[in-house]
Amino acid sequence: MKYGILVNEGPYQHQASDTAYQFAQALLDKGHELFRVFFYHDGVNNGTRFAVPPQDDRNITVRWSEMAEKHGVDLVICIAAAQRRGLLDEGEAKRQGKDGNNIAPGFRISGLGQLIEAGIQCDRLVVFGD
Amino acid sequence: MTMLHTVNKSPFERNTLASCLGHAKSGSAILLIEDGVFAAVQGTAHEDTVRGAVADHKVFVLGPDLLARGMRPEQVIEGISVVDYGGFVDLTEQHDKVQAWV
Repeated sequence: MKYGILVNEGPYQHQASDTAYQFAQALLDKGHELFRVFFYHDGVNNGTRFAVPPQDDRNITVRWSEMAEKHGVDLVICIAAAQRRGLLDEGEAKRQGKDGNNIAPGFRISGLGQLIEAGIQCDRLVVFGD
Repeated sequence: MTMLHTVNKSPFERNTLASCLGHAKSGSAILLIEDGVFAAVQGTAHEDTVRGAVADHKVFVLGPDLLARGMRPEQVIEGISVVDYGGFVDLTEQHDKVQAWV
């Protein structure tokens, strides 16, 4: 089956990012396809490469990046939510006149249309959030 | 068409489970995850409500979240099935839609 996932909560906040990741890993292990993970609201904070959690803790962002690389998962960050929270890719940093970008590998910034498309294209859209 | 409902809040914290039960069609599936697992254990003030839900719906609880909160599968109300993340995936496959109550 083709799956889409929506993450509405930031990392290390409560549990949504972790549950979403465990669910994603389980569906990939079962041979399903993960078409896209869309990060919305505080969920966009999953995509900053500047976070440095303690070494004995899980690195939520790196975990997503590795999943994207290994399984070709499309990790999409909502642009409006990202702008409000200071999450930028190279193009956005240039466009907004900022001195750098902080997006993690495997993530890209795009619009809500990507969420709608996931809802249309996927057999299931599963939501995780607070 | 059948629906899977996920509930991730404790009934002691929010009324998410009550909202879900107020909307879920009889025969649909309800999966308790994250703090929602507190609803699944025996001997709480919400036990009667949950027993009523079990009579009308297929109720599941996410085992890893139960264990993470110091509770064991033996403490779960009869009729509730304990599943792992793979079982969570299977439930989403078996039902046409997934509704998250947050």
